[in-house]
Amino acid sequence: MINLEMTQRMIDIKSSMNNMANSMLRPISRYYDENEHKYPQELDMFRTIKIMSRPKKKKAGEETKPETPDPKKLGQNLSTVLVIEEMCWGDLGLLLSFPNAGLGNAAIAAVATDEQMARFGDKWASMAITEPGSGSDSGSITTKATLDGDEWVLNGEKIFVTCAERAEVAVIWATVDRSAGKAGIKSFVVEKGRPGFKLEKLEHKLGVRASDTGTYVLDDCRIPKDNILGSAEVKQSTEGFKGVMKTFDNTRPLVAAMALGVTRAALDFTREKLEESGIKLDYEKNPNNLSAMEKEFYMMEAHLEAMRLLTWRAAWMMDNGEFNNLEASMAKAKAGRYGTLICQKCCELLGPLGFSCECLAEKWMRDVKITDIFEGTGQIQHLIVARNVLGYSSKQLK
Amino acid sequence: MDDKPFGFGMSEEQSSMKETIARLMKSAVIGNPAHDMDESRTLPREIIDKVWELGTTVSMVPEEYGGYGIDYSPIMNTIVLEELAYGDMALAIAANLPSLFIFTLLALGTEEQKKKYLPLYCDAAYKPCAAAVNELRFQFDAVAPETKAQRIGAKYVLNGKKCFVPMAKDAGHFLVAADLDGKANLFIVDGRNPGLKIGEREKNLGLYALETYPVTLENCEVPAEDRLGGEQGCDYGKFLQKSRTALCAVATGVARASYEYARDYAKERVQFGEPIAYRQSIAFMIAEMAYEVDAMRLMTWKAASALEAGRDAKREAYLAKLYAGEMAMKITDYGVQILGGHGYIRENPVERYYRNGRGIAILEGMAMV
Repeated sequence: MINLEMTQRMIDIKSSMNNMANSMLRPISRYYDENEHKYPQELDMFRTIKIMSRPKKKKAGEETKPETPDPKKLGQNLSTVLVIEEMCWGDLGLLLSFPNAGLGNAAIAAVATDEQMARFGDKWASMAITEPGSGSDSGSITTKATLDGDEWVLNGEKIFVTCAERAEVAVIWATVDRSAGKAGIKSFVVEKGRPGFKLEKLEHKLGVRASDTGTYVLDDCRIPKDNILGSAEVKQSTEGFKGVMKTFDNTRPLVAAMALGVTRAALDFTREKLEESGIKLDYEKNPNNLSAMEKEFYMMEAHLEAMRLLTWRAAWMMDNGEFNNLEASMAKAKAGRYGTLICQKCCELLGPLGFSCECLAEKWMRDVKITDIFEGTGQIQHLIVARNVLGYSSKQLK
Repeated sequence: MDDKPFGFGMSEEQSSMKETIARLMKSAVIGNPAHDMDESRTLPREIIDKVWELGTTVSMVPEEYGGYGIDYSPIMNTIVLEELAYGDMALAIAANLPSLFIFTLLALGTEEQKKKYLPLYCDAAYKPCAAAVNELRFQFDAVAPETKAQRIGAKYVLNGKKCFVPMAKDAGHFLVAADLDGKANLFIVDGRNPGLKIGEREKNLGLYALETYPVTLENCEVPAEDRLGGEQGCDYGKFLQKSRTALCAVATGVARASYEYARDYAKERVQFGEPIAYRQSIAFMIAEMAYEVDAMRLMTWKAASALEAGRDAKREAYLAKLYAGEMAMKITDYGVQILGGHGYIRENPVERYYRNGRGIAILEGMAMV
């Protein structure tokens, strides 16, 4: 059934999360922006909360029925999207610094065996995919994993790793067989402290400075054979790689939700200033009879609403077990791009308040930009959408 | 109260209605018929009749007023309108005219007004009505009409000029928006009222197939009981919320038509030895059209959901209309641009979508959910 009225449960989640973001993240937002790489200790209290957990798998032999989604219940993904928007209304950089909530944790929770879950499930895990020569084209990575007896030997360099310093383990993407292309790419859990594993440096960034982004160097780094996530077998097909890419269908709406939160923060602040100066937004007058500033504001609010609905739809589909590759990319394409444009425009409308570090607007403009870059740039999202709607393969539409 | 679950999925009823209309549009409207309608500036009555025969509007009217008493659903109405406008925007507006009158009265009329007027239009035959909202002047604003109403004894006297009144020549009744003591009101005016004068058919940028007329109200006397909502007047804001939401659905249909036509064309059109859709500059435009059409629809559904819940939809409808207006222009422009020179030629429908799409941000009170 189509109904886009928020349920009471959704309203409650939003308001409790907003209270938390307002009382815990906003007060320290500027401090950790100015003190890049300093660990936000205030977030330690969240360490015990399992954000990326999973229900215990049933015993072997026991029949597992696929869960039929209950339309009356709020789905996990939609509720996560609500939480993320509110938290990012507080601070995106701090959200990325939440302990044990890294992308690596999501990967482990998704594919680890029970035994691996017991070893790594409680550890903060970063995710290392990008290399100096391989960004959007993650199928072309060169970090190598070679099996030597009971151990994998890893060699290569990984950059732009979120939570690089704070994480306790890293999920490293490496190829076991370069000639096999994408089919040869596997992921490995490397515990910090293994010889040959080094955090080379931390980046200085445009925004989300509260989050530690760094470079790992793997130099004959040896890890136990069973630190591989999933099967070691190199199949002829690229199914395995596609499976990994599919996890991005799940995380793209989450990144879109990050854009929603930061963008709303900028819009809320701008609205506050408009109202302080006596401009009342009544949602009634013909846009032709408004000031340019009012019209711009309404238009930005409309775009934010569009971003949000596309994001909620992608999350809702996932909760209902529907394939959402197209819709997830639509959400991220729209939210990343328009989040960036809106936060820039808010700075413009705010005038000096939008350029001074006395206010957070300039920070939001820097922070939101990452949402149009990480986990697939806006251009990659447009490619995915275009291939989907045109029915083209990646060879036809490059 | 039990919360309705939140969700984006169409019910079986909704998808089957969508399919029914899509089939009708495909067989009787899309392609040459729509082109001919536009060129000849006529809407064949039999197509309008076929749409009316689907009975979506009448089914939602309570039995005591001549309907079938199925739950009134603004969301269903947006689905119907999008699909009609995907076929042709002029047809969507024309076919919706009795619905505009019926849904407005249902939501805002007094018991007497509903009893008196609804049965007239809850009929097996299509009978047009029209809303006279727009005025041909600079800085027109639907919330502040310049057409004036004045109370004189047991009557209201209306004076002013309206434009873009669809099918005024055939309309049985008009809903005229007029200012009464500084507030916008609606008045039910009989088509035969001698104070209501219909001018020459207008020529407009778009909607060639839709007959529209200027209507002059010259000391037009309306019985006091025909002020919509009675002595207190009606919630005029609600009228705008519902009509704006309807126009958003129309916009989504037009934009989708342009998007799909351009998308398919880009796959067929070969230049430099390959389809132009292989080029990112074209493919990215198509991607943008795809998600913006979806965003338009979702914003329409959002406003319709608020209306369906009986909630004030002022903000949602306003933002959705603003968005639909901008995006209808952007997407229909992309449609013409992707076809290049061919898009500028009237043989291809994208030029018609481009002219029609311009109307979304301008027009008010042309359709109703």
